[in-house]
Amino acid sequence: MNDMSADSYVTEDGRTIGGVVMEMKNITLRFGGVVAIKDISFDIREGEIRAIIGPNGAGKSSMLNVISGFYHPQEGEVWFHGEKRPTMRPYQVANQGIARTFQNIALFEGMSVLDNVMTGRLTHMKSSMLSQALWWGKAEKEEFENREKVEKVIDFLEIQAIRKTPVGRLPYGLKKRVELARALAAEPKLLLLDEPMAGMNVEEKEDMSRFILDVNDEFGTTIALIEHDMGVVMDLSDRVVVMDYGKKIGDGTPDEVRNNQDVIDAYLGVAHD
Amino acid sequence: MAQEQAPSGAFVSVPALLARNAKEFGSRPAYREKEFGIWQSWTWAETSEEIRNLALGLLALGLERGDHVAIIGRNRPSLYWAMVAAQMVGGVPVPLYQDAVADEMTYVLDHCGARFVICGDQEQVDKVIEVQDTIKHIEHVIYYDKRGMRKYDHEHLHWFHDIQEEGRVSHHRLEHELAAREAEQTYDSTCVMLYTSGTTGRPKGVVLSNRNIIESAKNSSEFDHLRKEDDILAYLPMAWVGDFIFSVGQAYWTGFCTNCPESADTMMTDLREIGPTYYFAPPRVFETQLTNVMIRMEDAGNFKKRMFHYFMAHAKKVGPAILDGNPVGGWDRLKYMLGELMVYGPLKNSLGFSRVRVGYTAGEAIGPEIFEFYRSLGINLKQLYGQTEATVFITVQPDGEVRADTVGVPAPGVELKIEDNGEIFYRSPGTFVEYYKNPESTADTKDAEGWVATGDAGFIEEGSGHLRIIDRAKDVGQMADGRLFAPKYVENKLKFFPNILEAVVFGAGRDYCTAFLNIDLTAVGNWAERHNIAYGSYQELAGHPDVFATLQAHVEEVNRSIADDPMLSGCQVRRFLILHKELDADDGEMTRTRKVRRRIVEEKFADLIGALYDGSGEIYTETEVTYEDGRKGKISATLEIKDAVMADSKQGMAAE
Repeated sequence: MNDMSADSYVTEDGRTIGGVVMEMKNITLRFGGVVAIKDISFDIREGEIRAIIGPNGAGKSSMLNVISGFYHPQEGEVWFHGEKRPTMRPYQVANQGIARTFQNIALFEGMSVLDNVMTGRLTHMKSSMLSQALWWGKAEKEEFENREKVEKVIDFLEIQAIRKTPVGRLPYGLKKRVELARALAAEPKLLLLDEPMAGMNVEEKEDMSRFILDVNDEFGTTIALIEHDMGVVMDLSDRVVVMDYGKKIGDGTPDEVRNNQDVIDAYLGVAHD
Repeated sequence: MAQEQAPSGAFVSVPALLARNAKEFGSRPAYREKEFGIWQSWTWAETSEEIRNLALGLLALGLERGDHVAIIGRNRPSLYWAMVAAQMVGGVPVPLYQDAVADEMTYVLDHCGARFVICGDQEQVDKVIEVQDTIKHIEHVIYYDKRGMRKYDHEHLHWFHDIQEEGRVSHHRLEHELAAREAEQTYDSTCVMLYTSGTTGRPKGVVLSNRNIIESAKNSSEFDHLRKEDDILAYLPMAWVGDFIFSVGQAYWTGFCTNCPESADTMMTDLREIGPTYYFAPPRVFETQLTNVMIRMEDAGNFKKRMFHYFMAHAKKVGPAILDGNPVGGWDRLKYMLGELMVYGPLKNSLGFSRVRVGYTAGEAIGPEIFEFYRSLGINLKQLYGQTEATVFITVQPDGEVRADTVGVPAPGVELKIEDNGEIFYRSPGTFVEYYKNPESTADTKDAEGWVATGDAGFIEEGSGHLRIIDRAKDVGQMADGRLFAPKYVENKLKFFPNILEAVVFGAGRDYCTAFLNIDLTAVGNWAERHNIAYGSYQELAGHPDVFATLQAHVEEVNRSIADDPMLSGCQVRRFLILHKELDADDGEMTRTRKVRRRIVEEKFADLIGALYDGSGEIYTETEVTYEDGRKGKISATLEIKDAVMADSKQGMAAE
């Protein structure tokens, strides 16, 4: 099926981009009479950073929710690793190796950073609830293994100093980083980031960009992200999908997209007929 | 113990001490580092193995006798091993300040001519690569942390573990050569080269021999009865002589364990977890901790607050006497024990000081209140006076003779003399060999008989034999009318206020003294929050009229205290301003050890000094600042200048 897998190429900065891992085919999503996404097709290649951009209300978050199984499109197909994906619940999508962060931070405020990140390992825990509750048999060994993985993520994102801090006490920028840590702890094949830099100052944005690049570079994780900051998008991503009013109006490298007349119109505004 | 049986001459180098430690207490911990949330530890036997493999690897890379090996990074066991491995192969380790910008690094790397650089992580490697644009003699760069290094050109770049692996597999071939190199070490071989932070001019490379390090380590370890069960936390810059003597000299001599924090941000947590028995910190760290305690007590409940203040008042009264073993009444003792249970014990525990047997502070004068606070809790905090050229120790305070205003008696083996102009000279087994490639400076500092000029002025107190430091000898000057001008003396008094982070006093050759002040953002920020004063930046808070009034009160209090000392009464501050930016090492205004570079500040803010002396009430100024990534920017501000009330001197000599 995956006839594009032969097309793997090496980017200017030496990363290998593989074949298509996820393909969206003619997706249409409606909420009653409102059409949030209208007949959109695009693909995500292995190891790339793929951005989805567009003005407010363009349907970007809806698209991410379709990928992560929160929404089920009325029409169209989602193909993952060369197979058509049946309608899935979000946790089933997560089990397939897709992790995500949320636009408006969805962490457990009363729990420590460590515990929050540990929840990212849930899909990897196989021992029964009883043995976990009794801390007996497989559960103990499993917890150690998972904690080790979590600690590597904590080290990677440089949040050691807040390991034991309740998330509710953290500033916004750090919460975003903890959310990324939780997603990373799941060791995803595909990482979905919903506006990872919204509301951050320049320094926090730089840090976050650095981490996103490092994640992609160190673990080879495929990343799909939604972002408003055009500078960030153009610097980070390999390819960009541009949406406007639920439709795809551009798709290509940052340079191609930047020079696309439809995209310029959507962002600078023209009269609609 | 082993070191008491063998004469110190039997161990002529750090690698020789390592061999002894691995043999005699091989299963005791030598290093711990917190990583991935767990304290990882290495025994002396394992340490010896790690260092040996690295040394063999360096040999395989072609490290020659006398090669300088630059070492840059935060305190990690691997980098300490790198220093000892370099020594083993006959090289000279040169630890550098990890927060130095590339430009500062260029000078040092060029000056020492290092062919090998060992870095902690990508950040340091990037700086070295930048430096390599101008310096061509760096042949091999080794890094420890692999993160982000995958895409680099690895022709001359090596991963630490690869070098160790290389050494391990080729040990049959190289063992012989390594043994020969180790055997060549004598007591007079160079042990380490440390660059002084350079309050004036370019840094100088201080060459210290094995004799300097081992004798100093031995004397000081015996002085404080250090033992192999002790624990220290290594968190101060590796380029600083103190860290080398504590974490290498004394650690290898005594065989105690060096603990490295997880990262700079987790230092306080790690301190609490390790609970060192032997602890060193510059006054600033103690100040910050005390400020934090006080801020948190402000937020505590009424009962806790009252209990805290009640027992702290009692501790202040009898704590130091109990610590010094002086007679104290039974009732007071009982009350102190209760306080220990209720307040002092938990407080020490949360500060990480529960187990501290010997604590030192040095580098700057410490505020008497701060010093007394820690001592009254029962923490044996002492002061020492030293410098790189002396391998740290010049004077130290013996147990039971500890005071805030002196720096102690000459350390074992140290001779002191005071010249007529007040400058302090010393001679000791720790006296440095020379400044690298700088015979003129060596000759200026050290005379033929081995006496070294400290550049500090002071006097030995009658009766106690303790040394008291007044100021830098060259900074001690005269005012226009011939009165004595000792800026540091005044600055220290100002800095003892928690609200004042930094002060620079001017007045040499002038009619009166003036000062620049920096507010302490933590202390003043907390005060602002409690008084509902909003601020967006340091500059905004520093310019607030209430802050100005508070600092004015502080200045006037200092003036009153200075007036008590007839010799220095001329140093009262008549006019002052609050600077619009914090003095920063990145802007060259301070050294990396956070000492003010007076001359640079004078040049940079000449317009402000002018305004302090021409009587104007405010001045507009623009200043260039350097950001952490090396970019430059400008900040501008209009600063207010006010007069402070001067106190009458005791002798009735009106200052005004």
